Amino acid sequence: MDLLEYQGKQLFGRAGVSVPDGEPARDVETAVAAADRIGYPCVVKAQVQIGGRGKAGGIKVAKDAEEARAHAEAIIGMNIRGPRGEGPFTVHEVWIEEASEIDAEYYASIILDRSAKKPLVILSRMGGMNVEEIADTDPDALVRRHVDPTKGLTTDEARTIGIDAGIDDDVVDGVAEILVKLYEAFAANDATLIEVNPLIVTAGREVVALDAKVTIDGNALFRHQDLAEIADTVEDPQEAMAKEKGLTYVKLDGNVGILANGAGLCMSTLDVVAQAGGAPANFLDAGGGSKAEAIVNALEVIKSDDKVTAILFNIFGGITRCDEIAKGIVTASSQLDLDLPLVVRLDGTNSEEGLRILAEADLPNLHQEKTMLDAARRVVELAGGAS
Amino acid sequence: MSIIVGEQTKLAVSGLTGREGSFHGLRNKAYGTDLVAGVTPGKGGQDVEGVPVFDSIKEAVEEAGANTSMIFVPARFAAPAINEAIESGVETVIAITEGIPVLDMLATYWKAKEAGVRLIGPNCPGVLSPGKANVGIIPAQFFDPGSIGVVSKSGTLTYQIGNELKQAGAGNSSIVGIGGDPIVGSDFIDILKLYEADPETELIVMVGEIGGDAEERAAEFIASDISKPVVAYIAGFTAPPGKQMGHAGAIISGSSGTAEAKKEALEAKGVRVGESPTETAAIAVEVLRSL
Repeated sequence: MDLLEYQGKQLFGRAGVSVPDGEPARDVETAVAAADRIGYPCVVKAQVQIGGRGKAGGIKVAKDAEEARAHAEAIIGMNIRGPRGEGPFTVHEVWIEEASEIDAEYYASIILDRSAKKPLVILSRMGGMNVEEIADTDPDALVRRHVDPTKGLTTDEARTIGIDAGIDDDVVDGVAEILVKLYEAFAANDATLIEVNPLIVTAGREVVALDAKVTIDGNALFRHQDLAEIADTVEDPQEAMAKEKGLTYVKLDGNVGILANGAGLCMSTLDVVAQAGGAPANFLDAGGGSKAEAIVNALEVIKSDDKVTAILFNIFGGITRCDEIAKGIVTASSQLDLDLPLVVRLDGTNSEEGLRILAEADLPNLHQEKTMLDAARRVVELAGGAS
Repeated sequence: MSIIVGEQTKLAVSGLTGREGSFHGLRNKAYGTDLVAGVTPGKGGQDVEGVPVFDSIKEAVEEAGANTSMIFVPARFAAPAINEAIESGVETVIAITEGIPVLDMLATYWKAKEAGVRLIGPNCPGVLSPGKANVGIIPAQFFDPGSIGVVSKSGTLTYQIGNELKQAGAGNSSIVGIGGDPIVGSDFIDILKLYEADPETELIVMVGEIGGDAEERAAEFIASDISKPVVAYIAGFTAPPGKQMGHAGAIISGSSGTAEAKKEALEAKGVRVGESPTETAAIAVEVLRSL
């Protein structure tokens, strides 16, 4: 789960990391009131879970109430795409923040390094927008240090990182203290990423986190009630419905609805449908051990996308039992008035029983195929080609 | 021979008294796996269809001779259960449970490393050595004994490929599902090493998917350390690009993690990569027959 900037800053604040004063606002009036309280100049910042906001015009300085109003009007409701074309993400909320006088911009992050199986601290005296380029062209400008997850990060280690990164002498202690607190926040909140870019030194030589990118491990939310309450803003209606029903669904642009079990098989199913000349409408992993009810829910989500003209079930049962899937298909057909063509391929645990249930139900719109490739070809044919 | 599980396996299942645990534990037993114990705290002294249940894995080791532990307990209790297994004296721990917090797994990973215990998973389908033993949820009827070793991040995709191999008349020495979580006990390289040393394995099929850089690192390792032929499949060419928060991910991996990048990395090291599970199985059989 990715936090919005201000949610990340609030988390930093609780951890004792200095952040600028600010207030969130979901409409223009609230934004202007917040700006009046904070004082001018202040910054109006789009809150979306993606980088590249500045370049997209989502961060503006306001020198008076009139400008604050104009910026809030322009930014709330705008669409922002990520640096790699992700999104678009619609801005539903802005963060009004006191303007900071910047003496220096550093970069600091802590990320779970999957290869090394340790958290990695990255610190650079060259913060700002082009840190990835710097990592490429001048790798020595970034200090990378793994942390022993059983011991944590000590102040001495953090100071060494600061010195090695060439941080100004007078703020090495301040930067080290922030690194230690960020690491504590990382561990205490089950984060997999904390990134501060820029970490600034103010004109008064104070070290302040001017941005916050925080990703929390969704599997650990059960022990973080406060974070669990921050609902991940899901915008697409199908995705919102799927999330509510506990399914993993990602909407795509095509017309072939897809349901498979297991992320790997589901991705592979998208690939073979595309190879057969079709355009997948979605990714939907029904998960391990799906029961009939989950299948009904999944079909409801897929069907609610008007673009879908045919649906492919590709199931290879391990922990999932094919008889449960078959029961779900039969129930869904009657409950949901499903008349779209359904291509079903069932294999694996209890597949004989599943096939028997389907044969008995004798649904007119159901087409069985024995192999994944045949099923992909069939569904593309029934869907009427790529949309 | 085979790897990780086989005739020598004496299995204790944590969570055998639960619904999924008993379904799959007893399936493993019916396949021929020597299931010696179930483990559920507070239920010691009971039995599940004749299999004795103990309060702790240590008791299962001491009293029933268990050497392999399978973890089938709910996510929030799973990391402590894996830790208990690591300390119990078993050689291998296979964790099926999905949804374990990743920082818990980080601590558990290092605990297993220090104890010298082989950890497979979590969030994996387990290990099957056809004709010998099955530990986990892999539907064994789709795999025959043979000389192809399979290692995979994905469960269902592995069944798919195993089934295609079987239909083409080829079988497997072992099938290892390493799991798709960010932190897993054993990665591609650990399993490739075991297959390289296993005399029964003549060819290795590696199944990867988008995300991380485990496939890219495996490609390097194959070039330097693996003499047996490797055929690969990567899923996720048409998957939408995952959104990237910040720069740190790109800075550490230096890889985009896309299916295309993984395919290129493997092909650059001479590994043939199939377009679909079906083609991958066909290439594997073709290469095997040419050996």
